Amino acid sequence: MTAPISRDDVAHVARLARLTLTDEELDTFTGQLASILDHAADVEALDLDDVAPTSHPYPLENVVRPDEVRPCLDRDEVLAEAPSAEDGMFRVPPVLGEAP
Amino acid sequence: MTATETSFTELPHGYRLVVGLEVHVELHTATKLFCGCPNQFGDDPNTNVCPVCLGLPGSMPVLNAQAMELAMRLGRALHCEVRPSVFARKNYFYPDMPKDYQVSQYDQPTNVDGHLDLPDGTRIGIERAHIEEDTGKSTHVGGANSSSKGRIHDAAYSLVDYNRCGVPLVEIVSRPDFRTAEQAKAYVNELRAILVATGVSDAKMEEGSLRVDANVSVHQPDTPFGTRCEIKNINSVRSLGRAIEYEALRQVDLLEAGERVIQQTRHWNEDEGRTHMLRSKEEAEDYRYFPEPDLVPMVPDPARIEAIDAALPRLPAERRAALAEAAGRTLPDESVTIVVDRGLDELALDAVAAGADADRTLTHLQHDLDPGHAANVPAAHLAQLVELETSGALTASQAKQVVAEMGETGKAPEAIAAERGFEAMDTSELEGIVDEAIAANGGAWEKYCAGEQKAQGAIVGHVMKATRGQADGKLVSQLLEQRRSA
Repeated sequence: MTAPISRDDVAHVARLARLTLTDEELDTFTGQLASILDHAADVEALDLDDVAPTSHPYPLENVVRPDEVRPCLDRDEVLAEAPSAEDGMFRVPPVLGEAP
Repeated sequence: MTATETSFTELPHGYRLVVGLEVHVELHTATKLFCGCPNQFGDDPNTNVCPVCLGLPGSMPVLNAQAMELAMRLGRALHCEVRPSVFARKNYFYPDMPKDYQVSQYDQPTNVDGHLDLPDGTRIGIERAHIEEDTGKSTHVGGANSSSKGRIHDAAYSLVDYNRCGVPLVEIVSRPDFRTAEQAKAYVNELRAILVATGVSDAKMEEGSLRVDANVSVHQPDTPFGTRCEIKNINSVRSLGRAIEYEALRQVDLLEAGERVIQQTRHWNEDEGRTHMLRSKEEAEDYRYFPEPDLVPMVPDPARIEAIDAALPRLPAERRAALAEAAGRTLPDESVTIVVDRGLDELALDAVAAGADADRTLTHLQHDLDPGHAANVPAAHLAQLVELETSGALTASQAKQVVAEMGETGKAPEAIAAERGFEAMDTSELEGIVDEAIAANGGAWEKYCAGEQKAQGAIVGHVMKATRGQADGKLVSQLLEQRRSA
């Protein structure tokens, strides 16, 4: 059986999550993630044709709230918690490229 | 190569254009999608924010019932199947999304498989129309060169306003069914009319409550579709047409030069009239979507969907067809389209049903009546006015003035005509004035008698001046003709 996840896969996922991992950490997490995927493979091996896919564990659906305005936070208090602010806005480092 | 204003119907070298559109619309709700902050454009920055839309730890989203309702209403107006849906997290890092993920719908969107018919009859497929939250707004502040404020490339830092963050959106994804830029423009105009008619969105491109991205590719007939580029930052319907045509010609030039089109996102620059690359899409986007654990599935009640269908207003396409038929046209023409756009088609239908001449009715509703005054004008008054005009009691220019005043005051047309002294002018009185005008314009009269038809303009002008515009221009022409042939 081939390895369920490669070291490169883990490095890729870490980069997407903006995590910097050492070589040792990469080895550790590759092993840990592989054992989780092995467990998923055990479940996948079962005959589940009659079981509907489950996105949520709760027997709940259609939870909504009325479209009514509620109080907002005070801007000065909010911006006081920010590392940097200017003109009533959050000041952040320059971004490269546009949002997806 | 420069972008031109004139649109083309065929690309050079036999290429064909293929376009699909992704349209984001902000829903017309009182509050945001997952919190009770106001959904309000133009407020001071960061005044409509709370722990949920700022993504503070421990905060929990709860879906806005009205946003769901409007999304389903839009789905039904676009003839979609409304299905059980699940929200998903789309993970990426960008400062206008403070949670570091956007809540959207992925493999189980609310609306699928619809269509929209363009005024010319072309059917555009709708792949899906899903619900998601809007992002905040970043302002990029330049470093060395302060005049570069607003540009993303040489930014020294960015300022972020989260008022828009969490505002409910529906993203409407069309199938790649457009073959000309004009069709794409017509689609956006029609979609905008539907959004306004259904109350789903105010659909203002200039305020960003309707935003369009275009996927553009070119190919040779009988070959697979070409590689597409996504064009962003399109700020008006006019820009949409320009951007599509520029991009199509750019791709044709590349292919003809033996190069290939690279799949990428490109930015439309309105001032320069061109697109430029934002980022390559060669590396497939990896958003690691997964079901949003804090929001439960939505399962629409069939009775609710029936109620939405029953309450849908008549949509512009249906209204245009009804008015065209009542006015004796085989297809909606420009006057029909404009009267429907102005929301005056019910009035037109009622006036025509009351016996008014359809052409004159449409002309007045297209040009002379302020749509905001329509409530002051019963169809019976409009029909009476048109009757006064067709019977010759009022001239066209008098009728125009009377219509405007009917709108302003709500008075009946006869009353307004009487107050303004718009009595039908006695023909014998008019004949005397025509004779005076001929005498005063001897040169013009000679030319007119010699067959120079346009020489009558000076004489007719004299009559109009003498009668303060109340003479019937057609009758004056007839009287001149009689005198010439006498």
